[in-house]
Amino acid sequence: MQRRDFLNALALGAGLVLPLGAHAWAATGTAPTRKKLVVVMLRGAVDGLNVVAPVGDENYLRLRPTIGLAAPGMEGGALDLDGYFGLHPALAGLQPLWQQGKLAFVHASGSPDATRSHFDAQDYMESATPGRKNTPDGWMNRLVTALPGTATPSRLLGIGPVLPRILAGSAAAVNLPNVAGAAKADILDKPDMAAAFDQLYAGSPRFARAYADGRAAHKEVMDATVETPQMMAADRGAPLPNGFPDDAARLAALMRNDPKIQLAFVALGGWDTHASQGAGTGQLANRLAPLGQGLAVLAERLGPLFDDTMVLVMSEFGRTARENGNGGTDHGHGNVMWLLGGKLNGGKVYGEWEGVGDHALNEGRDLPVTTDFRTVLAQIAEKHLLLSDKQLGQVFPAMPQRTASFQLLKA
Amino acid sequence: MVRCVPLLCLSAALALPGLPSAAPLASDQQAVHVLNRLAFGPRPGDVEHVQRIGVQAWIDEQLHPEAIPLPPSLGARLDSLDTVKRGAGASLAEFLELRRNVRMEDEGAKQRRRLAEAKVAREANEARLWRAIDSPRQLEEVMVDFWYNHFNVFSGKDIDRALVTSYENEAIRPHVLGSFRDLLGATARHPAMLYYLDNVVSSAPEADAKARNKRGLNENYARELMELHTLGVDGGYTQQDVTELARMLTGWSFEQRRLAAGGEGFRFEPKRHDRGTKTWLGQVIGPAGQQEGEHALDVLAIHPTTARHISRQLAQYFVSDDPPRALVERMAKTWRETGGDIRSVLRTLFGSDEFMSTEAAGAKFKTPYQFVVSAARASAVPVVNVQPLVSTMTQLGMPLYGCQTPDGYKNTQDAWLNPDALTRRITFATALAGGRLPLSTAPGAPPPQPLPAFVDVSMAALPVAAPSTPKMAALDPDTLEAALGASVSRRTLDIVQQKPDNLRAAMLLGSPDFMQR
Repeated sequence: MQRRDFLNALALGAGLVLPLGAHAWAATGTAPTRKKLVVVMLRGAVDGLNVVAPVGDENYLRLRPTIGLAAPGMEGGALDLDGYFGLHPALAGLQPLWQQGKLAFVHASGSPDATRSHFDAQDYMESATPGRKNTPDGWMNRLVTALPGTATPSRLLGIGPVLPRILAGSAAAVNLPNVAGAAKADILDKPDMAAAFDQLYAGSPRFARAYADGRAAHKEVMDATVETPQMMAADRGAPLPNGFPDDAARLAALMRNDPKIQLAFVALGGWDTHASQGAGTGQLANRLAPLGQGLAVLAERLGPLFDDTMVLVMSEFGRTARENGNGGTDHGHGNVMWLLGGKLNGGKVYGEWEGVGDHALNEGRDLPVTTDFRTVLAQIAEKHLLLSDKQLGQVFPAMPQRTASFQLLKA
Repeated sequence: MVRCVPLLCLSAALALPGLPSAAPLASDQQAVHVLNRLAFGPRPGDVEHVQRIGVQAWIDEQLHPEAIPLPPSLGARLDSLDTVKRGAGASLAEFLELRRNVRMEDEGAKQRRRLAEAKVAREANEARLWRAIDSPRQLEEVMVDFWYNHFNVFSGKDIDRALVTSYENEAIRPHVLGSFRDLLGATARHPAMLYYLDNVVSSAPEADAKARNKRGLNENYARELMELHTLGVDGGYTQQDVTELARMLTGWSFEQRRLAAGGEGFRFEPKRHDRGTKTWLGQVIGPAGQQEGEHALDVLAIHPTTARHISRQLAQYFVSDDPPRALVERMAKTWRETGGDIRSVLRTLFGSDEFMSTEAAGAKFKTPYQFVVSAARASAVPVVNVQPLVSTMTQLGMPLYGCQTPDGYKNTQDAWLNPDALTRRITFATALAGGRLPLSTAPGAPPPQPLPAFVDVSMAALPVAAPSTPKMAALDPDTLEAALGASVSRRTLDIVQQKPDNLRAAMLLGSPDFMQR
């Protein structure tokens, strides 16, 4: 039965008691779910045409004579995905996930708004209201509000020293500057200090909530970071480089130990490659390598939880199809979204693809957006997090068209 | 758990956007308000000083920093910073030399490079923070913070590591209260900016057929010049205007060797300039070489859209996150009438009822920079070692000279208030109040990193690390309380005064009241 049919049937049989448990889908929109979502945002506009490169398109190397990836099989060449698209070789660590069908891409996707400003485009991607700047909250905050279950501060978690726009809003959200440091006791764990500052902050209309959320989340994280022998075994003694791979490993451990964490967000910078971005090696490759490694580590260390998790990688817009005069690329439009998950219908590059011939380019310079990024988000919210139509409307207001032509999750 | 009013409703209520009526501030509150806005908060005695000479007189004084003498002790300390005194050329020459030696695999070269670069970064931090904490020309320091951020250059981009000190001293600092056109031109021509936003590599596409794939147009600077530095993202320009402006600016450049050898920081390269006719913002621009770029800066600096955009940013920095529209319009009017005279625009701002109102007082949430500097000032601890302050800013997400993106750091509550930040600020406040930050002892060696096995340690000339830090005295809570004056609420004072002496100073610096300005 299709879910929409089911909803219609439900509407007819008012008062029906819903069975909970094994068939979680039947409880759409009402019962707590164990499902998780991790969003990784690449700030600065990653060059999606060199992440999932149309190496099978005759125009590709013509547009990118010095930065284009060589064909699969050549030295430093792309890794074949489907005979037409090739993955950047720095992402070799993700190949097993592709082969297992746990990695997919949506190409030529992005925001319908035409802006090529990083800052506006990021804002739109975080509010999920392209073209509207005064949206007060971010879509992940609206999502956690709509998600059935008990509200707890660590349910919506950001990694980084500041709380990004995407997490802002009326629901509690917390941030950890880095996961490693979060498990340490702090000055407010001392009883006299706690008493003094609790008293100062409890009565502050401006700061009471942030203060209380911080203390509650600190306690939850402290409780959840006791390392179990199984986790130590999962590390296999291999130290990880600082930065994203390390954070990803610790995030995985935290999510396994603290079932309250459902939505997590991390932003990575340094993708604005206007000059000397390199091809198979170089600046972009150096950025992609730890990202790929971190994503692979996240998938591995989530263990069985990876089946309940979707990981989404997105960036505010793509870059010019043609390389510029400096071995780099300028601001473009359509980009590629990455998806990872145990239950993903993966091993495919989704999206309507029109090639990179001159006639196919948007304004003659970059990829068109053939898939609104919100249709991908909405499909995850609907099929993975099991939100109802009404809840989807709250999380993604004023969406022109919700349904995509593809099914990212296994039926 | 206690749930309070949702944050968003609350911040909207606090900001009161566009409300015309503004309740005036009492005179003791005025003194502390101007010290929180035109300065990085009060030091002990500052509130009394401002009240004694009068709030208006103090504002006028701050608008003319050249007439305020620098204390000789501060001057002497600044004078000791070799890497700050030298120009961009000498700094780049050293940087390139060290890098060459590393390439030649000279013994110990990596270590020497690391130490030299750490010294450059440390001295830049010292120059900035010593002034921010101790200079009596406080408004000047506030405006250095504002304009550096507005024209942000990230020090982590390769040679910019060697150039940001000169950028701040030569392109930003001389113009912070002067003509916006001068400021804009100085940033546009400085090698730090030319390198950061890639104009240095931008060329006419057809300029050199042999090198067509290596040379060509780069839009990066032209876009940010309009989007961030002048008109604003909604300034009405198109992608075509970005491309045309980039063409007008081709040839604005510098050459690393000439800068390192002779200090030439800007060079117009006619061979790389696009000599075609351009159409930009509806104007036909005939070929005029470097003058095309100068003309663009002339137009942008006094454009009414720029006037409004930057007036709003100034009002957001000095008044409230969502500043009153009427005030912004009056500031923009002054901008247009004076051709972008920053001092005049600020005079309009500081003289407004909206600025000197109860709604504005305390309405801003301090950025990490403002929090750390204001705490150091209030504590009156003589700061020799800025490292604990720099580390705290980094932990709070605002590394000094470390904003990667050209938009700089935001200064709004939404950007900086988060659960983790409050805990960290309280941790810093507690350490400072307890005398546990090694601020008054000379900094030791940079954090030791393992040396590669082949390096002879005796060659590495490591400076001796400071011996274990002597404990400083804890802050006196009564002095601190007096220094902060009317910026601490009755309610907070009542709670603090019931606590034992060893907690009181920490509670004042970590209080909700001290998080705001």
